Amino acid sequence: MAEYSIETPMSKEDALKLKAGDKVMLTGRIYTARDAAHKRLVDLLEEGGDLPIPLEGQIIYYVGPAPTPPGKAIGSAGPTTSYRMDPYTPALIEKGLRGMIGKGERSEAVVEAMVKHKAVYFAATGGAAALISKSIVSAEVIAYDDLGAEAVRKLEVKGFPVIVAQDCHGGNIYKEGQAKYAR
Amino acid sequence: MKDIDSAKITEEIARLCMEANFELEGDVLRALEEAAEREESATGKEVLDQILDNSEIARTERMPICQDTGLAIIFVEMGQEVHVVGGDFEEAVNEGVKKGYTEGYLRKSVLSDPVRGGNTGDNTPAIIHLRIVPGEMLKIWVVPKGGGSENMSRIAMMKPADGIDGIKKFVVENVRAASGNPCPPIIVGVGIGGSFERCAQISKRALLREVGSEHPDPFYADLERELLESINNTGVGPMGLGGRCTALAVHVETAPRHIASFPVAMNINCHAARHKYVEL
Repeated sequence: MAEYSIETPMSKEDALKLKAGDKVMLTGRIYTARDAAHKRLVDLLEEGGDLPIPLEGQIIYYVGPAPTPPGKAIGSAGPTTSYRMDPYTPALIEKGLRGMIGKGERSEAVVEAMVKHKAVYFAATGGAAALISKSIVSAEVIAYDDLGAEAVRKLEVKGFPVIVAQDCHGGNIYKEGQAKYAR
Repeated sequence: MKDIDSAKITEEIARLCMEANFELEGDVLRALEEAAEREESATGKEVLDQILDNSEIARTERMPICQDTGLAIIFVEMGQEVHVVGGDFEEAVNEGVKKGYTEGYLRKSVLSDPVRGGNTGDNTPAIIHLRIVPGEMLKIWVVPKGGGSENMSRIAMMKPADGIDGIKKFVVENVRAASGNPCPPIIVGVGIGGSFERCAQISKRALLREVGSEHPDPFYADLERELLESINNTGVGPMGLGGRCTALAVHVETAPRHIASFPVAMNINCHAARHKYVEL
């Protein structure tokens, strides 16, 4: 179990060195999107349109934050469950998406794309939403404003604590961890 | 007859919506602290420490513990001597939810049409479970319930022959299959008996019991203990990343059933087990 500090955008070299269980502190720009936004993004890709966010080397955080209280950059902002984004993820990874942050295990199809294109899946702690919001320095809605909490946002983060849940070598902390502690 | 102003109901519901989202109850916090000490997995301990740090930040800065501030589920026991004056009871409750979710900067997560969408913009309507009971007290439990844990909850119409073993298999296998999705460590409410819908309802009511308490009937207290042990032996652990603390508690609640039916429901609560209570 190693510890790393990584700055976005993330390179293939960064992705390759990460193993399931490693602790990572992320710094730099990340983008947010949930189910509804993912559908729009993938539909756009299929139509050959331009996406509102870059994909190459980027990280998407699955989050629908609470409203921003006065004086803060963002409201509580913990991860939402990732499996809902599984149907859309391989298409984004094929176009260069390097990392995803969420919670819960990803499907085989997603892992296949991760291994093939060198992308990594990070887990943030669900329900540690106020704590996580402290590592978000700024937040701005950049697309799909009509989706409210589910809009696409550009976040600047500093020292956002995540764990490598599933790596680009097929490592999977859900399977490995659960087997280790089962009796 | 005791008059209770609908405006007072609105005010209290608003306050409880916010308090429930900012501050965990003592029994849940204690259980999380014990889990952090007990957990053998380093990753699991780290997760639990983050959860505890988070609860302190949420409490002191009055920010939601989780960004999913949930559907507003309201359990009410209204004494039959209570007379609500000034306005409609359900309207007063919904006004309170609207007020609490607006003033508390809580997330609005309710869609008016389940298939076609359309955010209602104020987290209403609340889901209200009402009982009329003897007396003149109005008892209200506000239970913000998030989507993640709710999505991993299950109900089965079993055969009476499935029995206790059937219940155990159903609960443990579903916890294992849910893995990290409901944000373990979880609290599991198990409803046994009743009708299809009553069974589901009592499985949620079971979540309101104090963590660390046991069922008053030793037979069901034993079942709670056995289920808790089996669940923790799955190794699912905090956030499903592997560990010894998958559940903080299992609470069973039962109801009389039809001779031919055996409904069993499990309502999962994540570690942000949020509920606040007031008596008027």
